[in-house]
Amino acid sequence: MPLPQCGGGCCFERGDTMSHSVTIKNVVKKYGSFAAVDHISLNINAGEFFTLLGPSGCGKTTLLRMIAGFNTIDDGSILFDENEINHIEAYKRGIGMVFQNYAIFPHMTVYENVAYGLKAHKVPAEEIPGKVDAALELMQISQLRDRRPSEMSGGQQQRIALARAIVIEPDVLLMDEPLSNLDAKLRITMRWEIKKLQRRLGITTIYVTHDQEEALSISDRIAVMKDGHIMQVGEPKDIYLKPQNPFVSGFIGTSNFLSCVCSESEEPGKTPALVEGKYRLDLPLCKKFVGEAQVSVRPEQCMFDHEGLHGTITLATFLGDFISYEVTLDDGKVIEVNEYTKETQIIRPVGETVFVRFAPHLVSVYAKKDGEALSR
Amino acid sequence: MKKTYAGPDFWFCIRVITLVLMVVFLIYPFSSLIIKSFYGGKEKGLTLENYQSFFKLPYYYRTLLNSLNVSLTATFTALIIGLPMAYLMTRYNIAGKKVWHVLAIMSLMSPPFIGAYSWILLFGRNGVATRILAKWGISIGSIYGRTGIVVIFTLMLYPYVYLYVSGAMSNIDKSLEESAENLGSSKWRRILTITLPVVMPSIASGAVVVFMTALADFGTPMLIGEGYKVLPVMIYDEYMSEIGANDNLASSLSVIIVICSSLVLLLQKVLIARHNYVMTSMRPPEEVKLHGWKRFWATLPVALVVSVSVLPQIVVLVTSFIKTNGPIFMHGFSLGSYKNIMSRLSKPISNTFLFSLTAILLIVVCGMLVAYLIVRKKGKIGTLLDFLVMFPYVIPGSVLGISLIIAFNHKPFVLTGTAAIIIISFVIRKMPFTVRSSSAFLQQMDPSIEEASINLGVSPMKTFFKITARMMAPGVLSGAILSWITCINELSSSIMLYTGKTTTISVSIYTEVVRNSYGTAAALASILTVSTALSLFIFMKISKGKVSVV
Repeated sequence: MPLPQCGGGCCFERGDTMSHSVTIKNVVKKYGSFAAVDHISLNINAGEFFTLLGPSGCGKTTLLRMIAGFNTIDDGSILFDENEINHIEAYKRGIGMVFQNYAIFPHMTVYENVAYGLKAHKVPAEEIPGKVDAALELMQISQLRDRRPSEMSGGQQQRIALARAIVIEPDVLLMDEPLSNLDAKLRITMRWEIKKLQRRLGITTIYVTHDQEEALSISDRIAVMKDGHIMQVGEPKDIYLKPQNPFVSGFIGTSNFLSCVCSESEEPGKTPALVEGKYRLDLPLCKKFVGEAQVSVRPEQCMFDHEGLHGTITLATFLGDFISYEVTLDDGKVIEVNEYTKETQIIRPVGETVFVRFAPHLVSVYAKKDGEALSR
Repeated sequence: MKKTYAGPDFWFCIRVITLVLMVVFLIYPFSSLIIKSFYGGKEKGLTLENYQSFFKLPYYYRTLLNSLNVSLTATFTALIIGLPMAYLMTRYNIAGKKVWHVLAIMSLMSPPFIGAYSWILLFGRNGVATRILAKWGISIGSIYGRTGIVVIFTLMLYPYVYLYVSGAMSNIDKSLEESAENLGSSKWRRILTITLPVVMPSIASGAVVVFMTALADFGTPMLIGEGYKVLPVMIYDEYMSEIGANDNLASSLSVIIVICSSLVLLLQKVLIARHNYVMTSMRPPEEVKLHGWKRFWATLPVALVVSVSVLPQIVVLVTSFIKTNGPIFMHGFSLGSYKNIMSRLSKPISNTFLFSLTAILLIVVCGMLVAYLIVRKKGKIGTLLDFLVMFPYVIPGSVLGISLIIAFNHKPFVLTGTAAIIIISFVIRKMPFTVRSSSAFLQQMDPSIEEASINLGVSPMKTFFKITARMMAPGVLSGAILSWITCINELSSSIMLYTGKTTTISVSIYTEVVRNSYGTAAALASILTVSTALSLFIFMKISKGKVSVV
């Protein structure tokens, strides 16, 4: 959906130079003896769309609320550019925030909602209507201007919340699972709109979600979190294709984990390995490694062939663009294999015996003992 | 590192102020009472003398047994009336449903001893009905003593059971009962095995309120109890009697009654904690449409019960217009009683409204702030505040009155005899209603709305007044209306605290009844009844039925 062109008086276009970088240094948040956020450090660049991704309870929302000022920072520091904000009260931080349930003031009209922050920031009264209208126009909700939000749809409330957050021209924009309460279709539309809006305003944005697909599609960079720790930081492509540990590999997308034993070799790039005790191949590792390891293979990286791991198809699911097979290997392990319908339209019958193979240079390999990433 | 603290946090200050006020006006008076209860008449220093004589002498301990006896009986009878009424009112298309509902609330809100007083006017030794029946040769026996107290408590307090339980019953998801039916349960079996157990927590809450109100009530047993003495009356006698007043003993009696009601409340908390169900009522139960005689038979019991329970107020209203000559009622109607109170008793009227208005303003402001602290600023202080604010709930009015006198009749705080002490007693005793309903409402409110405001640059203090307070309003209102109505009708603490200058309507009704000046008493009571009805009416108009009273 294209954004409308702003008329005169639009004040939101600004260069990247105006937005701020956010530096998180060794921050800690404890509830009793439990560390919800455990010594996390991150550098978020000015104008970047940065996502905190993780399962519920991983500390992502806690960290976001520390930046917003709703949670105290028990240790470490958070900086906007060079300025530490640890002890600045929440209402003086100049941060825009979009809440999961939108948090629209129910007793105010849409206009009053959006004007609320401008009044608090002591914007001259004569400038307020222009700014509010521009924000409403940007979010394509000018027609709702004088209505009360109580009977509005989730999508409309979401737009009001966004308009209200950006109208104060915040240094940083925080979003706490803003799309989780929308239906599937609207979620994808709003995803694009938020991304385009962020590009256009060039505002540093920190986005929290547990939806990995959403994170991959919207972010410049992603930090994957687990149990108060950062598991990996990187661009969506790297997070998906080069997960640095089994957790990220399993959390982002679907992964089949196979056991494997690596043996001695002269060249780490050609380490002989025995997968699931049956399938021999050379894995391209980044260093010398001997012993038990784990191979992570995505379903779309698997293919049926005349050699490889032998098993039986136990379930076939037709999903439109691909067919998903559940294959039970001879040793009892169950894996998932995808075949794309643009390549084959034949659905293999349940009970067919197959060989599953994969290209060694695509898979990820981790040491079994400590999960250290071994693949190149 | 640069700190930008402008000063101590707003909520920190509120917390400190609230705690200080609690210590001064609640903990200090009540601990004074406890300490006093350990002082004897003969021995010097601390002694168990008072408690020993209480449990040794039947004259004393019988009052406790009497109190428990009437309270338990009244709770039982209130359940017998309230439960079926709740079921009928929520499940069937009772004719005139709204009228009965409002009238039931009215009878609950009636001035405390109006019931006793009217029943005396009707069926007392010299009552209208008694005389008419006597002419026909019918004797109804004495309504004084235990029977009278129980009947009046039941008729005044069954609405608590009805209101609590009907609230819960209309929240049961329909599918729950449907699945019971689907599994082959008959209607009665379904009610006994599904409906009743599910609303059990509400039944318990209703029963406990009835029990505690009955246990604490002073006016009714004082007027109609005669030889049947209950503990609050004994406390009053011991404290106020002109000859041989023993305020040490009165203090001990007070402590005993507080322990009793605390135990009951504790018992309820334990039971509810074990049987609390979270209901998400997607489909509330539908009203069954009855027709013809069936509808009549469903309506009749409701109509009868409610009519009898509002009878006292009608009697009082009618009586107030009857011509009187001193204690004797004449034939014909006049405004004489009203003229009489206007010339002689206008002070209590203005006092009542002045004190109650001041109290309600304080209650609303403090109640909202305290509710916020309890709900949003959890932790040890929040729990402590919750406990302290709710504590007056178990203190009978007369006990609070005595505690305040003991605490504030000597330096550095001399407040006895002032309007302030009456207002303080109102605030302490009636605040729980407002705090309870405000905090219940606040619990439903998403905290992110407040955070959104703070995030947009508005300080926490301003956010409270601009956003939170506005959104809490319906919850505050429904609590405040209850606080207000119970303030104007308050008797049991005022009767301990009043002086000539600070008399209220309730106190005057009591003194007028004691002086056998029934006409003026009825006129004063009518003023209270009409004020109460008017307050309820305005409340219902404003809230449009969206918030409930109890």
